[in-house]
Formats: sequence, structure tokens, C-alpha cells
Amino acid sequence: MNEIAPTTLNAKAGHASGWRGIVADWSSDQRAFKTVSWGKAMMWIFLLSDTFIFGTFLISYMTVRASTVVPWPNPSEVFALEIGGRQLPLLLIAIMTFVLISSSGTMAMAVNFGYRRERRKTAILMLATALLGVTFVSMQAFEWTKLIREGVRPWGNPWGADQFGSSFFMITGFHGTHVTIGVIFLAIIARKVWRGDFDHGRRGFFTSRKGRYEIVEITGLYWHFVDLVWVFIFALFYLW
Amino acid sequence: MAQPAAHNDAKQHPIKLYLVVWVWLFILSTCSYLVDYFGLVGYLRWSLILLFMMLKAGLIVAVFMHMAWERLALTYAILTPPLALIVFVAIMVFESNYTHFTRLAFFVAGQ
Repeated sequence: MNEIAPTTLNAKAGHASGWRGIVADWSSDQRAFKTVSWGKAMMWIFLLSDTFIFGTFLISYMTVRASTVVPWPNPSEVFALEIGGRQLPLLLIAIMTFVLISSSGTMAMAVNFGYRRERRKTAILMLATALLGVTFVSMQAFEWTKLIREGVRPWGNPWGADQFGSSFFMITGFHGTHVTIGVIFLAIIARKVWRGDFDHGRRGFFTSRKGRYEIVEITGLYWHFVDLVWVFIFALFYLW
Repeated sequence: MAQPAAHNDAKQHPIKLYLVVWVWLFILSTCSYLVDYFGLVGYLRWSLILLFMMLKAGLIVAVFMHMAWERLALTYAILTPPLALIVFVAIMVFESNYTHFTRLAFFVAGQ
């Protein structure tokens, strides 16, 4: 916590820059991340570990796709939607991408208003983010239903390589779970912001400690990460 | 309690910055969708997909996640470890090429 950290450390912060600054920070004893609270540093470290999880998923997808001798199903056709008698490639996925990007936009603004102590705007923008998240998960549920009806299974599908199904369900399922957890996380924090917990120093139910507006930014980090992972899934799984 | 300096910076960004980044993310997403829509293939397709992907990822991490305003000690601690994934990708490209070759040599050709 910041209360424990000696203020002299913070006072020294921001002097050296570049490599000298990095070496000074890391060799300074007690804490390496001078201007970052423990909550934010821990979220970043968690996100780093999550990066490796999604990284290995995408790498295993690459491996099975590159090593199979059976043609890979064409995602452009598999995920096409028919509207007005016309086949539009990847339409649903494109809409999902825009929904998730929009949710990142509202989240970024929520963080900004949080630091301006405008709690109602912050809470409303966080709820908007959560709603867009729910929209995304619903569209994903629709997509899963459609594919399962068409006969896609983790062990096979009507169009080509069997590994398509297992990669698809594993990667999008794990991402969808992250979005769902993010929505729950957002709803909890938005409620606290709306109630004014961080203005009045109300103690948390679980931790019995006073929260700070910084939690909005930490929630935001998680949410942007979910969007970030989708950028990679969209490019490498759907478009490739 | 003193607010760490980085937060004060984050507080002062105008909303406009986020809107501009948002618009750029929309444009880049549209571009990557159009790659598929127009049915581009081969190296052109792959390089465009990767280019738009990296640009989007960079914008999200730098601006939305405020990495551009963090101290280098944190930035490097978070952004350098994922480079190991590139090594992993290279290893698995070799591995999958080999698997593909053996499958072609011993299973497909023999049928």
C-alpha cells in the first residue's frame, strides 16, 4: 500500500529516464514500480500471465492448422451471414468487433471521468461498457448455436479439418468467459461508483478497506485487455 | 494519501484523445474487414492483417491502457516478456512443418 511506502521513494521518482531510469527503479530496493500502486501493478502482471495463456492457445491453433493435410474450413464462408439473399462474409464477427471496440471507448472515458470525480458519468459509462459486453457475449452465443446446429463439434465439422472445431470452441470460449467475468466486474464497481463509495470512503464488504477511484482504471485495464485479445483472435482466427 | 504522478497525468487527458483513438480503431477494423470482403489473398492479405492488428493493439495498449504514460520500469517489465511468444511461434512453425511433411510422406502419399 501507498501508506507503507516511504515517501522519499516517491519523491525521488521521475528523475532518471531511459535505461538509467529502469536500472535505478529496479535496483532501488523495496519497490520497482515507483509511480504505480500495487493494485495496478498486480493487474498488469495478471494480464501478462493471461497474455501467455491466449498466446499458447493461438500458437496451438497455428500448429494444428499448419500441420493438417486436410483443408482448413474457410472462415469467411463459415461465418458468413445471409441477409436479403446475399452472403455477407464475416458480418457477425465484424459487428462483434465494432461492439467490443465501442465498449473499450466508453471504458476509456469512464476512467477519465473517474479521475475527475464525476461519479454519475463514470458509473453510466461503465454500465454502457457492461451492456456492450453483454451484447458481445449474446452475439457469440448466437454464433455458437448456429455453428453447433450446422454440425461443428470439437472433433469434427462438415467442411474440413477436424481441428477447426476444437480451436474455435477453445479460443472463443475462453475469450467469452473473460468478457463475462469483465461484465460482472464492471457491474460491481459501477455500483460502488454510483453509490459514492470512493467519495465517502465507505469500506468494502469483503476487504473492509476504503476503495479509491483507481479501481475504475484497474477494471478498465482488464476490459481493454479483453478487447486486445479479440483484436488478435479476429486477425489470426477469423481473417487468416 | 498522495496520488502517484502517473494518475495525475491520466486525469488530465482530454476526452477528445479517446474519441480520436476510438475513431482510428473503427477505421482500422473496417480496413481489416475489407481485406476479407475484397477477398485479398497471399502475402498481401497476411501482411495487411498483421499490420492492422499491430496498429490496433498498439493504440489500445498505449492510449486506452495508458502504457504510453507509465514509467519505463513497468512498461518494459510488461511488454518485453511476450516477445518470448515470438520464439515459441518460430519453434512451432518448424515443428508443424515437420509434422505436415511426415503426414504427407507417410499417410497421404501411401493411400
